[in-house]
Amino acid sequence: MKKLVQLFMAIVIVSVVLLAIISGLNSSEGYSGDNTLTIYNWGDYIDEELLSQFEEQTGIKVIYATFDSNEAMLTKIKQGGTTYDVAVPSEYTIDQMRKEHLLIPLDHSKLPNMKYIDERFMDLPFDPENKYSIPYFWGTVGIVYNPSMLDGKRITSWADLWDEDLRNQILLIDGAREVMGMGLNSLHYSLNDTNDAHLREAKEKLDTLTPNIKAIVGDESKLLLANEEAAVGLAWSGDASEIMYENEKLDYVVPKEGSNLWFDNMVIPKTAKNVEAAHQFINFMLDPKVAAQNTEYVSYSTPNKEALKYLPEEIVKDERFYPSPALTEKLEVYENLGKQNLARYNELFLEFKMHRK
Amino acid sequence: MQNKFTRNVFFIPYALWIALFVIAPLLLILYYSFFDIEGNFSLINYRKFFTPVYLKMTLSSFWYAFLITLISLLVAYPTAYLLTKTKHKQLWLLLIIVPSWINLLLKAYAFIGIFGTYGVANSFLEVIGIGTQQILFTDFSFIFVSVYIFIPFMILPIFNALDELNPALVYAAKDLGASGWVTFHRVIFPLTIDGVKSGCQVVFIPALSLFMLTRLIAGNRVITLGTAIEQHFLVTQDWGMGSTIAVFLVIIMFLIMLVTGKRKRGV
Amino acid sequence: MRENLSPGSKLLLVVIFFILYAPIFYLIFYSFNSGGNMINFESFTLDWYRELFHDTRLLIIVLNTLVIALLSALISTIIGVIGALVIRDFRSRQAKNTILSLNNVLIVSPDVIIGASFLILFTMAGIKLGFYSVLLSHIAFSIPIVVLMVLPKLQEMSPTLIDAARDLGASRFDVVTKVILPYITPGIFAGFFMALTYSLDDFAVTFFVTGNGFSTLSVEIYSLARQGISLNINALSALLFVFTLVLVIVYYFITQRNKPSGMGVKR
Repeated sequence: MKKLVQLFMAIVIVSVVLLAIISGLNSSEGYSGDNTLTIYNWGDYIDEELLSQFEEQTGIKVIYATFDSNEAMLTKIKQGGTTYDVAVPSEYTIDQMRKEHLLIPLDHSKLPNMKYIDERFMDLPFDPENKYSIPYFWGTVGIVYNPSMLDGKRITSWADLWDEDLRNQILLIDGAREVMGMGLNSLHYSLNDTNDAHLREAKEKLDTLTPNIKAIVGDESKLLLANEEAAVGLAWSGDASEIMYENEKLDYVVPKEGSNLWFDNMVIPKTAKNVEAAHQFINFMLDPKVAAQNTEYVSYSTPNKEALKYLPEEIVKDERFYPSPALTEKLEVYENLGKQNLARYNELFLEFKMHRK
Repeated sequence: MQNKFTRNVFFIPYALWIALFVIAPLLLILYYSFFDIEGNFSLINYRKFFTPVYLKMTLSSFWYAFLITLISLLVAYPTAYLLTKTKHKQLWLLLIIVPSWINLLLKAYAFIGIFGTYGVANSFLEVIGIGTQQILFTDFSFIFVSVYIFIPFMILPIFNALDELNPALVYAAKDLGASGWVTFHRVIFPLTIDGVKSGCQVVFIPALSLFMLTRLIAGNRVITLGTAIEQHFLVTQDWGMGSTIAVFLVIIMFLIMLVTGKRKRGV
Repeated sequence: MRENLSPGSKLLLVVIFFILYAPIFYLIFYSFNSGGNMINFESFTLDWYRELFHDTRLLIIVLNTLVIALLSALISTIIGVIGALVIRDFRSRQAKNTILSLNNVLIVSPDVIIGASFLILFTMAGIKLGFYSVLLSHIAFSIPIVVLMVLPKLQEMSPTLIDAARDLGASRFDVVTKVILPYITPGIFAGFFMALTYSLDDFAVTFFVTGNGFSTLSVEIYSLARQGISLNINALSALLFVFTLVLVIVYYFITQRNKPSGMGVKR
């Protein structure tokens, strides 16, 4: 009994001390002040140096909170109870948020640096006239592969994945839209197809790929590909450039049948408390030099045309990550298909995963 | 009457907890399970649950949870028994728990490294002449890592039960000429059955709804009910279907409790 | 009855401990890797550790995690023990089973569901998301494990012991503090440490109920996955691990000195 009481007292004392330290740290860092800006972003998706730079310039203290999926972020913002001034969702989520009135319209007069964004990334269907969002990074979905593990064979299309030489060599992403999209594209259907017969057909086509699939994984696929655990992987271009930096033998290709063009965008959610600072921050991130520095850190493709001038030639000229307008024309952006269709995609994807057994 | 009153006062926090954090969420889940993805009242989720896809998933969840519990028990019981015989047994017990304080995702990444084609495990197999095997993304690696995660939860209650065991009983049995196996089977095991039971409960029940490892270690070759719920809540945003699966999980849990609770204790 | 362990038994224990600690040593080993990942070891470096000490944000997160874990384990242990005492007093088997099943609901429910339903509850109740909402949730999901760890101990306690104390004129309070609690202390410790484990490991529930800049280590680690987990997280885990290990060992030997009988044994 005495020992229990002792232990419990010790815990209470330690906790109080820790709490005191935390509040001390919080106030010395300025987190408890009034002039703060809460940014809700993917983990490690910004050069933190830029945050300090922004703080110095404006005197606003930045709180950086993170999420790990669009849907989880959406749930948090929908429920409220917490403040986020700037968030960075992907395009199909923005369409949904816009329709559910979860976003505050941007005041374009406060964002003079908007003019640096490449025309082809403005005014897209998920947000006409960029009323609510400004592109942050963009990219494609494609195939990362290791020619040295495939006897120098080159992959150029989705159809190549069905090659018998790739037995147990492919890593897929655990995403219904990506994998179903691959099936649809390989049949030359649209990524946004909602015709049930087409979807079934795509799923059955995917079932035949099963012998070639090693695993269906998440973010850890980067690690696995870089380490030559598998020769081929479905990947987002941003991840691909990172993996290729780790392992120079790898190559990336956007399949010729077509693929997905994606965007992560800055928005101001309706939960924002400091809308003024949010605009300041978005404008700051659009500054060409800032955008260039951020791009070098994150290694995704920047939509900022002016920023390209500050980036090394070999990055900008790399057609795999900065494809020409001719190619991006052919790619499709995910549309928000509505809940019913999305559920259908997921159902089929689940069946496909079960088929493996 | 005084006694009863104080007893009720003490009961308040626990009762409040049950009301607010168990019954309220349960009702919430039940409520959501009656809505389809568009938010209309319907029974479609329940109908969907009885399609082959979900039934197959339920069966395979059960099968894996059963294997994980069984293997955990087989490893944990002797370990717990031997731990009670060591000199600093409480310290060793604590040291069994400490690894579980390191973040699960990090440990999973470590296992990816260890079990990978060029990992330590395969180098070892190479050395002893078996040669490189595919270990990652197999049933073996999935069960191995799951058992790894759950083993402290199994050892702890069994250790406590064994530790309380009156050694005189064991000696008595031996004096009466019982063999080692008979002593274990007739004396030790029945006396520690409560510990074993609570160990199995804290392993089997969560093992039904494992989700992180099914992707990281099994590469989605294993799909459990937990994976499906995860998908419905976070990807499809079909909270109705997710809740329906959860309702069945809770029912299954109630049934398990009913079955294991009925058995009469030994002694 | 301290028999010497046979070599075979020793080997078994060594193997178990080796497996339990292997992934952790793997993590620590790679925290000294100058290459950026956990696969290819390039050369030795202390950069990751150096980087850690300049990261105040991460430090705050670590401290948050510790405070939440300690406080939630403490409070849930207290509530859980009271709950177990009450459950034990239930006369009817059916009532007991019902309460126990309700108790287990949170263990069987997948984290996402717990998280989402708590989030709805908190926003309905108007509780600001942050420290308190996270603390409350951690207490809530740790209580059942405490009950499960304490209950077997209580059940194996013979009622005659309590009757004897009563006959000797002990008040109800005395019976609880002087007879019951000392007897079930090992169960309480087990519950406490399990609660600690649950709290430190939890990601999904915390993710949903946190907000306003409050974050814990697992939320941080999981959200790093998309960009790849940097090795300074390994370095951090290594430090925390060594720190915990030292703490556990020091704690053990201090209690040993005070009480030669060791903490699990009845006194």
